[in-house]
Amino acid sequence: MTETILELRNLSKHFAAQRAVTDISLSVPRGSFFSLLGPSGCGKTTTLRTIAGFETPTAGEIWLNGQRIERLPPYLRRVNTVFQSYALFPHLSVRGNVEFGLRRQKASGVEERVGRVLDQVRLAGKEARMPHELSGGERQRVALARSLVLAPDVLLLDEPLSALDPQLRKQVRAELKDLQRRVGVTFLFVTHDQEEALSLSDQMAVMNRGAIEQCGTPREVYLRPRTRFVASFLGAMNWIDGVGVRPEATHISRQPPPGNHARRGTVARVTFLGPHTHLEVRLEGGEAVIVQVAPAQAASADNSFHPGESAYVWWSFADELRFESSGAPENAS
Amino acid sequence: MTRLQKPFLAPAALLMLATLAIPLAIVGAYSLLTRGAYGGVEQPWTFESYSRLIDPLYGAIFVRSFWIAAVATALCLVLGFPLALFIARSGSRKNLYLSLVILPFWTSFLIRTYAWMFLLRDTGLINTILQALGIIHHPLPMLYNDGAVILGLVYGYLPFTVLPLYATLERLDATLLEAAADLGASPITALLRVTLPLSMPGIRAGAILVFVPCLGTYLTSDLLGGSKTILIGNLVQNQFTTSRDWPFGAAVSLVLMAVAMALLFSVRRHGEELI
Repeated sequence: MTETILELRNLSKHFAAQRAVTDISLSVPRGSFFSLLGPSGCGKTTTLRTIAGFETPTAGEIWLNGQRIERLPPYLRRVNTVFQSYALFPHLSVRGNVEFGLRRQKASGVEERVGRVLDQVRLAGKEARMPHELSGGERQRVALARSLVLAPDVLLLDEPLSALDPQLRKQVRAELKDLQRRVGVTFLFVTHDQEEALSLSDQMAVMNRGAIEQCGTPREVYLRPRTRFVASFLGAMNWIDGVGVRPEATHISRQPPPGNHARRGTVARVTFLGPHTHLEVRLEGGEAVIVQVAPAQAASADNSFHPGESAYVWWSFADELRFESSGAPENAS
Repeated sequence: MTRLQKPFLAPAALLMLATLAIPLAIVGAYSLLTRGAYGGVEQPWTFESYSRLIDPLYGAIFVRSFWIAAVATALCLVLGFPLALFIARSGSRKNLYLSLVILPFWTSFLIRTYAWMFLLRDTGLINTILQALGIIHHPLPMLYNDGAVILGLVYGYLPFTVLPLYATLERLDATLLEAAADLGASPITALLRVTLPLSMPGIRAGAILVFVPCLGTYLTSDLLGGSKTILIGNLVQNQFTTSRDWPFGAAVSLVLMAVAMALLFSVRRHGEELI
């Protein structure tokens, strides 16, 4: 997975009113599941649309499989897009939608290729259905099949799960990952949902204000965020005396713990969340801190806290994340 | 329908009854009576007006009227589609272009048709200029033929195709065209495979809005077609004026209406929505 299939070099896209993407560079390894994660308006969708060919970059280069493509029209690029709204052709059946790209290529063996891809997305038997007769999940799979049947160098997915209802989303998420492994196509997946990005990606890039803040595996990005933005955007973060500590690395006790950083505070709120409980503690310095504890721990006599009680919040030095005001962290723990 | 809505519907319902149903009933009755010596109708009741319609002479007029209306409709669609597409994609200038399309309605259709006569006749503007430039030596016969009638109809009814086509094209989801391009369709292919099929409701509506009035036209064919071009509309008009055969005129117009409605329903059955 070291070979690069898609590379962006110093890519910028400025609109009249807005600098959507500024000077981003990244490499997507062949066969990987790569996510672009960021809040809405961070430029991730613009980046995707520039790769697809719907936008022309203001500056920079896009290399796909050794070919420079940023000036090619979309219909000549070997990338395909799964749109957020799926954009299925409403006048064509499932088969018509999936065949559309193959017919443009005047490909041979259309019937067989369509059959195979519909099997892969579990839509066999629904060839004759029209898009409006399908459920949301089925429509999403048609959109996937329509693109995958063309065996693109890279499949671009623009928040493909956001139109599904939350219960379906997790199931489809798992299926999407399985599908990607099975077909071996490189996926470039745009999302604002950190859980999706963390759970699906081999590699991910966190974007903010048109720039990439950090690239890496989900583990690297979560455990060693390079910037305050990444630390806050991925998971929750307590900010105490300028250092960051994850709620799951923050502990609470009645007695001051020996040999660790500890701060005194008052329990403000106890929130039971099922797999864990959140204790919100207001420190003497005024900061609000979340302590995440396991239910068994929260229920034990020693550790059962109620609002208004005073307690010590502590954490180990190794779990501290330090950042300069912006940019790289001071200590690479 | 709630009870509250009924009082507000009453005026329109009454108007429809007074201006459509009652006159239609009168026309129906006239078509079954005998012609009066000086126009008008008198007893006895008879089907004679309808049986006279079997004459191939009238069949030819019907065929000719349908042909001219069909050609005019086709031309309106061919010319109107690119125009509607252009307007639908011109962003903030849409409204300006739309008002330009509607602008001719501010002048009477009669006056605009006379203007075409002024342009097309032997001593008209076009022939005069072409002769002055030495491009032609004898005036081109542009007026008083089927071509002139079709030109007048296309000119007059083009907005009726542009407007419904615009309405459909403007609503077309632009993402679908991106999807087409993404799947390898060139702009032309995307137009033929996506835009065109998805604008069928507008095409159908535009076709009906042009075809039906073209079928019944008499002003355009009278002024631009001259005596050579007799269409159904002119036939009906003649029965009520020079021929003084009101029952026959009534019968012809009812048959025309029946045929037009049959066509309309057949189009409607294939497509769910009309406008």
